[in-house]
Parts: sequence; C-alpha cells; structure tokens
Amino acid sequence: MYDFGPYEKTYKEFNWDLAKEFLEYKEGDPLNIGWYCSDRICQQGKAQKIAMIWEGFDGEVRKYSFNDLRLLSNTYAHYLKGLGIKPGDRVCIFMDKIPDLYISFLGILKLGAIAQPLFSAFGEEALFTRMDDADSIAVITTRKHFRKVRRIKDQLPHLKHIIVVDDENVRLEEREKVFILDKAERVEDFNIYPTNPESPSVLHYTSGTTGKPKGALHVHASIFAQSLSSKWVLDLKDEDIYWCTADPGWVTGTSYGIIGPWSLGITQVVYCGGFGSEKWYKLMEKFRVSVWYTAPTAIRMLMKDGTDLVKQHDLSALRYMCSVGEPLNPEAVHWGIEAFDMPFYDTYWQTETGAIVITNFPGMKVKPGSMGRAFPGITAVVLDLKSYEVIREPNKVGLIALKPGWPSMMREYWNNPTVYQSKFINGWYITGDRSSIDSEGYFWFVGRDDDVINTAGHLVGPFEIESALIEHEAVAEAAAVGKPDPVNMEVVKAFVALKPGFEGSSDLELSIMNFIRKKLSPLAMPQEIEFVDKLPKTRSGKIMRRLLRAMEWGEEIGDTSTLEDD
Amino acid sequence: MEDIENTILEYVIDEYLEDEDDEIGPNSPLISSGIVDSFSMVSLKTFLERKYNISIPDDKATPEAFDTVNRIADVVRSFIS
Repeated sequence: MYDFGPYEKTYKEFNWDLAKEFLEYKEGDPLNIGWYCSDRICQQGKAQKIAMIWEGFDGEVRKYSFNDLRLLSNTYAHYLKGLGIKPGDRVCIFMDKIPDLYISFLGILKLGAIAQPLFSAFGEEALFTRMDDADSIAVITTRKHFRKVRRIKDQLPHLKHIIVVDDENVRLEEREKVFILDKAERVEDFNIYPTNPESPSVLHYTSGTTGKPKGALHVHASIFAQSLSSKWVLDLKDEDIYWCTADPGWVTGTSYGIIGPWSLGITQVVYCGGFGSEKWYKLMEKFRVSVWYTAPTAIRMLMKDGTDLVKQHDLSALRYMCSVGEPLNPEAVHWGIEAFDMPFYDTYWQTETGAIVITNFPGMKVKPGSMGRAFPGITAVVLDLKSYEVIREPNKVGLIALKPGWPSMMREYWNNPTVYQSKFINGWYITGDRSSIDSEGYFWFVGRDDDVINTAGHLVGPFEIESALIEHEAVAEAAAVGKPDPVNMEVVKAFVALKPGFEGSSDLELSIMNFIRKKLSPLAMPQEIEFVDKLPKTRSGKIMRRLLRAMEWGEEIGDTSTLEDD
Repeated sequence: MEDIENTILEYVIDEYLEDEDDEIGPNSPLISSGIVDSFSMVSLKTFLERKYNISIPDDKATPEAFDTVNRIADVVRSFIS
C-alpha cells in the first residue's frame, strides 16, 4: 500500500507536495494536527477503530477508538478554552504516559494553542527553566507531579492554571484546579481553531553546550513530514499494531508516538511503566505488536537478557523494527536478526528537524552501523569542519548539514533568535553531529561536534548540569562530560572541586547525585563523580571540558598549550 | 519486616517517591512502576554499597533485581559476608 519504490527514483522525483497529497491537503485550507489525528480518521470511516491500547504498570488496560480521541480531545479543548486559554498560548503537559497526555496534546492543538510537553522526571529547576522561558500559561499534570510545579509557581507569574487531571480530592491552592476527563461531558462539536501550516504547534526544549535549554518551535506543517515518514520509514499499514516506546516528553514521543501514526489512523500501544525485558516481550505478545520503534539503549538492555527470553514469547506478529536516539551499533543490528529474525532499521533526526531526515528504509540493504540515507526531500551533506564547504569525497568525516526547507524543520528557538541564527552557516542547517558518507550515500555517525552529552538517546547540556552542581553547598566548581557506557552510549560524569571545609567521600558523592537528580532529572544525574583539587582551564579561565572528555574516552588530548597550568 | 528491608524502604520513600500520599510496601514495584527509573538505580545502588559496605556488580543490579524492596534486600544480603 505504501510502496516506497526504488530509493534513487523516489528521492530524485520527490517533492513535498506528495506529502500534502497523502493527507489530501489543499493549499489555503486550514491545517490542524489535532483534527488530522482524530476527526479526519473518523471521517474516513474508522471512527470505531482502536487508536490507543493503553496499559498501566499494574496491568490495567484501556482502549480508545478514534471517535473517543475526537470527542475527548474536543472536551479538553473546550475546557481549556473556558479557562481563557487562547491560540498561541503555551500549555505544558507534565505527566507520565497516561491517556490524558495523548488526548490533551490533541486538545491543545485543536484550540490553536502550543503544546509544550515536559518530561515527567524533570526536577524543579529543569521545569522552571523551561516554563519560565516559554511564559507557559498552563500546565496539565497529575497528583504525582503537581507538587513540583506548586513549589515553583510563585516564580512563574505567567503561569495561571495548574490543572490536576487524576484526583478530584486534591487540596487546591491558588491557581490550581482539577479536571477529570472521565467525568466531563463529552463535547461532540468543538470549533477547531483554523491554524494554517505555519501556525505554531509544539514546543520541545533541547539542550546545547552553552546556555539554557532552547525551545525548538514547530508548526502544524510538520505533520506532512511526520505522516509520510511514518508510512515510508516506519512502514505503517492500516492493519498494524504499532508500539513507539518513547516518552512524549521528548520529540520522538510526539512526532512518532502521536502525530505520525494517528495521522495515518494506526492503532498504537502505549505502556505506562518502566523498562523490563520480560514485561516488554509480554506486552508485544499480548497486543500482537507488528511494528516497533525503540531506542538503542533499550535494545542493548534487552540484549543483556539474551535471545532465549525472546524465543519464549510469541512475537510472530512482529514484522518490522526501527531504532532512534543514538547510533545503533552493528552488534545490536546483528542481535536483532538473531533474536527476531529481522534487523533493526536505524533512523536519524533531532528535536530541531521534527521528523526523520536520514534513515534506513524497508527493503533497503542495511549496513550495520550506518544510519542510512537521506529521506526524500532532504538534502543532507557533510561539511568540512573548518571551511564549512561540502565534502564530496566519500568516507571523509565532516559536519552533518541539511538544506533548510522541509516542513517539520523548527521555525525558531523560542525567545532566542541569536542561537537560532548560529545554527545556519552558508545556507545549511548545522546539526552538530559528525559523520562520513560512503560511496553509496550511507551516513556513518562519528559523534557530536560539541560537548552535549547523548545519554540513552537524550541530549543533556553540560552547562545546565554544571550550573546546578555549583548550587550544592559543597561544590566550588564543576565540569560535566559524557563518559562511555556500554548500554547508554554515554552517561554523565562530573568533575567536582570542593569548597574549603568539605572532603570528597562516597556520602558526599551520593548527596550530589541525588541533588542533581531532584533538581534536573535522573538523566542529568552524574553516574560518577570525581573529586579534583582544581579543574583544567584555558588562560581565559574557561573550563576545558573537552580535555576531560578526551581523558574519559581515551582519546588524544591534542593541543594543551592553552592550559592555564600543568 | 527486617532491618535491611526497612532501611531500603525508608530510603526509597524519602528519596524517590514523588507523591507524598502514595503508599508503598516491600513488594511494591519500583522500576516497572516508574517510581525509580533505570538511571536513578545508580544512586540507589550507590546508597546500598555505602550503607552496607559492599560492591554490587552491574550485572546483579538489573531492573528485575531492583524492582521491589524485598528483591533489593535479597541482593544486598547475597553480598554481605
């Protein structure tokens, strides 16, 4: 049904109008992701088709049809409108993967407001940074998480509504309210705001080397790329049961855990629980998952539990597997073949790109370790690290760069035009990743070109961690770098110089770890802390993070002539 | 409940439980419920190693072995000489 055809031919003949045709979009019409993911599917005669099979960690299962999605997202939109929330307002979603997350996301978009998902494990400082920067007007959350918001709300004057959606007995304070979807009257008709392709839709924050996290703003036109790539790359077909393991607090969880599959009317599984190899296989067996989109870290954790465990489950429905978040090592591809009789297809993209840009396709020869070739409509090259000229020579490492203009490209960093502009050089969007391209156009990932730490597929900014570290009472100065990890690719390691009167100990190490975990998130928590007398610095006083990182990776340290001493 | 179980339970409640109203016991799922995620397991493992002066190899600190207070206590006991 969604035959991709020969790569070269499709790539050459492609233009983005094709993606619009797939969605039957006509120029000048309104374009609203919320409508495309629910109302439109109902209009196609699939109102009773199951959109979401949700399972909680305790085994509770709930099923929602596309008509449920339509009505319930209308209900959310109606409620939010009643609070005075307007198109363009930023509305945060801060909760575990419960049904309200997915439904409110569509409701926010139907209202014309901007959905701002926040990872549920964020600590207060991580929350504050993102909500303050976006001047978020409301946050939809749960009993488990709302106290973190309560503790920072006085510093957030723009935040007018803290909405708890799972407990009507919670004792409310100023600006707090309760909305229980199951008890609300379902809204049959909601006047969906007529957003156009360039209307803002989703705001995802992402980390950089310096400064605070940046809000990558996407628009409703992103659905063109997300929908088409869900067909062509994830190979989603009408009869599929699809499971994307990503949390919508991160971009994969919205682009391919909500928008892509539902724009195609696909049934998807959502599991609201933690990782567990056996649990995951049972889930796939129980719901007969046919297409699975997961992450290398999860795959490596599954590998540790061996192929025997896989074979103990009936995964005969599974026909296609993809991976995203960090480079997929060749061993994981080979293990996929051994355990599931099929490879994992690696995909590459970023928060900023909004959709898959370099990838392996169904039927394409997979070269284990390669992230594949450019998606049609994407001009992807590598640039010389110094001159930023395009490298034509195969197998030479450069910066991955993309020609701007695809529909799901971010339109701005919220409130940060300077950093946004800095991402473009000579007319190319600079991804910050290094790679080579072989003679057949396959990209081979080498690493980041900056100090951002990729841990389990999530980018963590060293600056944010260091800023939090020095708020600990014992820490005088600190540096955060990525150190190699067999499962997570990288984990955070902190080098810490202590204030006078403090001594490094395992007690203090634990205290600092927990301090960062609660303040930022478990991902940002250093998995190792090394106490040092002082940190290596340049003559201008800048901490030489790269030197510390190189030491962790056993790499050549290079020119150290600018070191202050030693 | 024995001392090790009590100590671990108290630590988990103090450090990881987001919702003050939630009640957990020695057999409540921690990792599979998301109360403790796989990253936070490192800090829990560090706590146990420091508290009981033991070293737990990574292959023993699996999400399954750390999923309940009782299971964690079993892991700890196996390393206490």
